Amino acid sequence: MGSVTVYGPPISTAVSRVLACLQEKDVDFKLVNVDMAKGQHKSPDYLKLQPFGQVPAFQDEHATLFESRAICRYICDKYANRGNQSLLGRSGGGPAERAQVEQWLEAESQSFNPPSSVLVFQLAFAPRMGLPQDPAAIELNQAKLARVLDVYERRLGESRFLAGDEFSLADLAHLPNAHHIFAARKDDMFASRKNVARWWEEISTRPSWKKVVDMYSAAPPA
Amino acid sequence: MAVKVYGKPQAVCPQRVMHCLVEKGVPFEFVLVDIDAMEHKRPEYMEKHPFGQVPFIADGDFELFESRAIVRYFASKYADRGPNLLGRTAEERAKVEQWLDVEAITYSPCAFSIVFNLFLLPIRGLPGNKGEAVASMEKLDKILEVYEKQLARTKYLAGDEFTLADLTHIPVTRYLVEHCGLAYLLDDKPHAKAWWEDVSSRPAWKKLMSFVASGASFYAP
Repeated sequence: MGSVTVYGPPISTAVSRVLACLQEKDVDFKLVNVDMAKGQHKSPDYLKLQPFGQVPAFQDEHATLFESRAICRYICDKYANRGNQSLLGRSGGGPAERAQVEQWLEAESQSFNPPSSVLVFQLAFAPRMGLPQDPAAIELNQAKLARVLDVYERRLGESRFLAGDEFSLADLAHLPNAHHIFAARKDDMFASRKNVARWWEEISTRPSWKKVVDMYSAAPPA
Repeated sequence: MAVKVYGKPQAVCPQRVMHCLVEKGVPFEFVLVDIDAMEHKRPEYMEKHPFGQVPFIADGDFELFESRAIVRYFASKYADRGPNLLGRTAEERAKVEQWLDVEAITYSPCAFSIVFNLFLLPIRGLPGNKGEAVASMEKLDKILEVYEKQLARTKYLAGDEFTLADLTHIPVTRYLVEHCGLAYLLDDKPHAKAWWEDVSSRPAWKKLMSFVASGASFYAP
């Protein structure tokens, strides 16, 4: 223990997905910043950790990994006895229980992430980087996201969280992108859907997520 | 009761699921969902699959969508038979998950853009977006360079055994190679080329291709 390192700026949505998981699991970690404005993510040293030059990268004494959702799954498997123990389904639930989480985690990655990532870039990061926004891209992706949230609205009328009655990795994976959309005050499509609004309120007020958000405003470690 | 797989047999995502079942020697019934007639967007189907996509599976009373969730489920449920598709330790599984996510998030969106514009639209008599296809081909070439580096170190993506991480790549890559003329992208990547030849020659994959060609509904190992 004490050997977990995450590489990347905490404000990155994929990095903060991993940080949220580590917080839920009560696993200590060291965060090493990667200065993307200076192209550090494309340096030969960093490419040894993440050959696609993306963030995050992850290391513990047993593994070096990339892809935030794969890292989250590993943290849940490897540190099974720590912190929240039902992130991949309740223990003893078997393949079917885990499969429900995997189904909604795939839905997040394949249906929610693409349009919400565009919105996060357009609404939260482009202004910060001094880049012009693209109204057509915003409109198109808001429409796509609205259709996804319609599915969530129906699902969350049937169950408390996406995969069932317990908070899981499937819900957690949504936190970073949704957070930035809310912070940019473009959250009407969440707020106007009763079940989605209830679900968002519940997952975004978890202490583990608040700890991650606090890291956004802290100065990045050298 | 046999597993039921709903979808169109020529479609990439249902093929992923069927290939996994064939590898594991699990019989299944294939139930046609006529995508061309938009059956997947009709209310009766969307009762099962709220996003209106294929595949969807029923394993007795247990129902599931998202092909990569489905293959993880069957690989885990039938861990004791056929090839080990998920690794044996947490670290090995993590490598499988890592490359599965690379396929899902980086490889396939790029590959689909090419297949859509160079094959799926033209066979319907519609113009594909050549510019988009070319941009995606350049991107895919760079992605394959990273694959080449990995496959120079390990025989398969996640290690020295064939796993789900390799399996999920096969259906869309076959379209790229056989229907979009992109075999040449592998010519300067000897390890990636050897990997493709190996995985696409697997007996289970060949059995699946025969099953799809036959138009049969029931697969028995």
